[in-house]
Amino acid sequence: MSRARSQAAITVGRLAGWASRITGRGAGTQVGGRIMLAIDPGLLTKLGSQDRVICVSATNGKTTTTRLIADILRAAEIDVVTNHTGANMASGVTGALAAPHKPSVAVLEVDERWLTHVVDPLSPELLVFGNLSRDQLDRSGEVNAIVKRWRTITEADPTRHVIANSSDPHVVYASLPARVTWVALGIPWIHDATTCPQCSELLTWSDEGFKCSACTFCEPKADYRLDGEYFIAGERRIHLDLSIPGTWNLMNAALAATVAEAHFEIPAEVAIKAMSTVEVVSGRFSKHRLDDGREARVILAKNPAGWTEVLNWLNGRDAGVVVAVNAHIADGRDTSWLYDVNFEALQGLSVVASGERALDVAVRLRYAGVECIVETDPLKAALAAGGKEVDIIASYTQFTHLTKRFW
Amino acid sequence: MESTLRIALIYPDLLGTYGDRGNALVLAHRARARGITAEVIEVDARSSIPESCDIYLLGGGEDAAQVAAAEGLMLAKATIERSIEAGSAIFAVCAGFQLLGNSYAAADGSELQGIALLDMVTTAGSDRIIGEVVIEPAQASGLPLLTGFENHGGRTLLGPGEAPLGRVIAGRGNGNGVDGVLRDGVIGTYLHGPALARNPALADYLISYTTRISLEPLTDDLVEQYRAERLAYASLTGANLKRATRRLHRG
Repeated sequence: MSRARSQAAITVGRLAGWASRITGRGAGTQVGGRIMLAIDPGLLTKLGSQDRVICVSATNGKTTTTRLIADILRAAEIDVVTNHTGANMASGVTGALAAPHKPSVAVLEVDERWLTHVVDPLSPELLVFGNLSRDQLDRSGEVNAIVKRWRTITEADPTRHVIANSSDPHVVYASLPARVTWVALGIPWIHDATTCPQCSELLTWSDEGFKCSACTFCEPKADYRLDGEYFIAGERRIHLDLSIPGTWNLMNAALAATVAEAHFEIPAEVAIKAMSTVEVVSGRFSKHRLDDGREARVILAKNPAGWTEVLNWLNGRDAGVVVAVNAHIADGRDTSWLYDVNFEALQGLSVVASGERALDVAVRLRYAGVECIVETDPLKAALAAGGKEVDIIASYTQFTHLTKRFW
Repeated sequence: MESTLRIALIYPDLLGTYGDRGNALVLAHRARARGITAEVIEVDARSSIPESCDIYLLGGGEDAAQVAAAEGLMLAKATIERSIEAGSAIFAVCAGFQLLGNSYAAADGSELQGIALLDMVTTAGSDRIIGEVVIEPAQASGLPLLTGFENHGGRTLLGPGEAPLGRVIAGRGNGNGVDGVLRDGVIGTYLHGPALARNPALADYLISYTTRISLEPLTDDLVEQYRAERLAYASLTGANLKRATRRLHRG
């Protein structure tokens, strides 16, 4: 009976996914998975027992890190199943695992808010934790609430392997109960880590990292670390030769290299070679030719931490900048985060405020002392921007909409 | 007041979760546009709150950060009271607003002590209040409609001697038909956005209160367009703004 129900769930769900695909609504994994779970709520547990499962979660970088890990494993001739971008909640994960495939390693990107819902039924052998910071506060609540949920996962099974960023106090606190391999990736945004996640007193920061002013909580000693463009593994110093831009991608790559070496026994050198050819991840960093012949690059930045990294990268480029922001549910309906971003760094550049919330952006830029024009359509905005090329920095729904228009 | 407008941003590392730094930027911008020199002083969690600032800003924060901020504010209560006495203004948002009252609710719902600068209590609500807000301030304040975004779990009840910032037209504010508090130069509200970026008249109110200068009007077309868009959006999403929008262009 139960097997028949699972089979029926998968069949009906796949049909729905197929219908969604051919009508152009989406990739179909999400809707398919939702229907499968409605018919058989226990399906995820059954599916999880067929593969070796690893789950990757973070506020920023989870899609790219997942893709990099999958590519490393494929290069090592390991069969891999993975979920499509955006399909990172229980339904999307179900849809991905229900697709026909031989027993594989399932490398799954999981939304940080949905982690407990996916880990409980799937019981993954490895959790990969990148970073946690403020993002869509209207939707996900504050960072500490997510940390507490992650912590219940590691407390429930202290034998599980976790690979975690030792530079992020929230990630460290969430990981501590488990068997952890630490990688020091650095932390670009510390403004959500003022108080100790263990005792709530103030954290202090120094060259040695963070330390609580009252209790024993402190930055753990790292097994691996990122040093500029180099991945450090003991005595070995390996250059991260990547085709994808920015410090944030060096962090993603160092995390993926740690997963390869510490969990799959694939040497970091081999892993880094496998990652070097990745140029575009689900539309991220993709380049497009504008009607006037210039090249436009599309970058996703959806919260202060992500923007901090993007601004560092923009610094010194001779490019026009389009800041395209929406405030749908997937972007966060609250745009106050714009004031947590140091847009003052854009002074002197040719900037266009864009997206449905172009006026929020323009007013923010006014107070940052940045001259800008307002054009809600991001493609028209790109044409209006100066510079030899144009960087379009987009919030989530602007980003997905744009990549659809480009393809 | 001294020749420079001193704006103290209190504990931006604890009470800065919702872009609250923006309020300091707007105050400085609008003061300078009137030829008043302005200085923003950031007071982090390890520093003591200075006396003789003209405007004190308190923002929103997470539960643990709010408790840490309460400790510092409690120590500075006498300083803050003396400053108010001397004509300083306070603008407090969300968690910062709650801390000015007699008590507020901890993450687990238990009652914690505020600094009791104002007679009000905040309790935990059954749900979180999230969304666009429109407030109609009392006529006497001379303020136009206020727009903002709220995201909080608290319900704030004002004591009989306190007046709210205004009546809630869209959204929920304190949770009982009104939002915030207004007592001379002390303003509390659940509006972030940040509130002063969306409501420059509120920034001007604070500046003129503390400087006792009647400011020349300063209309920023971009900001007015932004306000109109936000107010229209809130009216589309269910609020009855018909009567209230007549006041839109007043300020």
